[in-house]
Amino acid sequence: MEAFLHQVLAGLATGGIYASLALALVMIYQATHLVNFAQGEMAMFATYLAWSLLNAGVPYWPAFLLTIVIAFVAGILVERIVVRPVENSPVLAIVVVFIALLVILNSLAGWIYTYTLKSFPSPFPQQSPFRYMSSHEIGAIGITLVVLAAIYVFFRFTPLGLAMRAAAQNPESARLVGIRVGWMLALGWGLAAAIGAVAGMMVAPIVYLDPNMMGGVLLYAFAAALVGGIDSPGGAVFGGFLVGVLENVLGAFVIGNELKLSVALVLIVGVLLVRPSGFFGKVHVTRV
Amino acid sequence: MLLDVKKLHAGYGETQVLHGMDFAIEKGSITALLGANGAGKTTTLRALCAMVRTQGEIHFEGRRIDARSTEDIVRLGVAHVPDGRGTFLNLSTEENLRLGGYTRRDRKALEADLERMFGYFPRLRERRRQQAGTLSGGEQQMLAVSRALMLAPKLMLLDEPSFGLAPLLVRELFGILRAINEREQVSMLLVEQNAAMALELASCAYLLETGRVVLSGSADELRRNDAVRRAYLGY
Repeated sequence: MEAFLHQVLAGLATGGIYASLALALVMIYQATHLVNFAQGEMAMFATYLAWSLLNAGVPYWPAFLLTIVIAFVAGILVERIVVRPVENSPVLAIVVVFIALLVILNSLAGWIYTYTLKSFPSPFPQQSPFRYMSSHEIGAIGITLVVLAAIYVFFRFTPLGLAMRAAAQNPESARLVGIRVGWMLALGWGLAAAIGAVAGMMVAPIVYLDPNMMGGVLLYAFAAALVGGIDSPGGAVFGGFLVGVLENVLGAFVIGNELKLSVALVLIVGVLLVRPSGFFGKVHVTRV
Repeated sequence: MLLDVKKLHAGYGETQVLHGMDFAIEKGSITALLGANGAGKTTTLRALCAMVRTQGEIHFEGRRIDARSTEDIVRLGVAHVPDGRGTFLNLSTEENLRLGGYTRRDRKALEADLERMFGYFPRLRERRRQQAGTLSGGEQQMLAVSRALMLAPKLMLLDEPSFGLAPLLVRELFGILRAINEREQVSMLLVEQNAAMALELASCAYLLETGRVVLSGSADELRRNDAVRRAYLGY
């Protein structure tokens, strides 16, 4: 029982990280109806940046905040420079651009930082106050919840958040009330990149830093977004925690650690077969 | 002149809809655009706020706006009640209204205007927290008009504001539009199927046929014109 409890709690900690990245995917999906396959690599690159800052002697929290700001700006630039020119292209062309971005960032990280695993520090103390969880797990859950709450408050209660939702939902009407829709999209990319950076810095102490560290995480996040419904931010968060717990519990007691990743794949295929709109997503009905 | 349009051409892809339209709107007036289906009324409104590709000159308050983006034209004070109402279906009624005033910085006046809209259309106050997509067609039409008014516009482009409204509500809406025009000096360009009502509200009008202005004059002149009477007023 104790081991089980431990696995569930540890699952919640990684689940929060999946939830963050799933939320980033959903944000971009809502605005563009596209899944950004490079979301994980953008987060990985941001984490390397944080590592460089830490190595240069910057204390953890300033480095943490600086990384978020840089990721935010970089996200905006990626939208403006890379995504904007192909905005009106066929879906497959855009997907190719996303995959190119993934490969480029991955190789660039490998080229600059090499492929050897690096340890990434946790900002939380070694000694855990709670016997079932490490202090990093507790801290990661806390940070995740803070990020999610901030995002919720931003979208729900600020005029800019409202404008971003309006631009994602109905770009034409949004323009007619004077919203600069293009900038809202760019801002969405910036926010998604910033959330991804937090997820990267929280997961790196667990999985170690290497250019491929987000591959698995992105897959889990993708499963989480699909389980919750790819157009539902709340669903993505729920899906993230669910996938985290399932992955850990099944990995520990049922299928073993080696097959953990297949949990995500089974979930993806299962959801697409049984309920393509996820638990909380809208069912799309088209009149013929 | 508040709005001055010269040789306006517009179209969708290969298809040209407007073929060199000339018209003007006087400050503080209500101007009606009449014409059969497909004459280019909606396209004219869309051309004015750069929602379609255009050629020709559009001057608003003396400034040339035909090369500007939709967002910039809106920010100059041109509010559009679009064809199909343009409701943000998944947002609440109040959020829809607040978006109408998104570009305004006078927060206090904005709150007062929100109350004013609820005064004009009490149904919207009842539906305040409700998702706008669940509103009836008539309610969404009121919402579209109020959302445009929230901009505190200088010029309102109204695309069939009576669409989907019960006759009594149409009277009420036109009364409100007249009051807003008189009290706040908001100029209006009105596209209407219901020519009789449009000519009653407007002070002058243009008749469109296949993308060209074929007749223009005061509302009275158009009402008395035999061709207009037979074709659009039906008596």
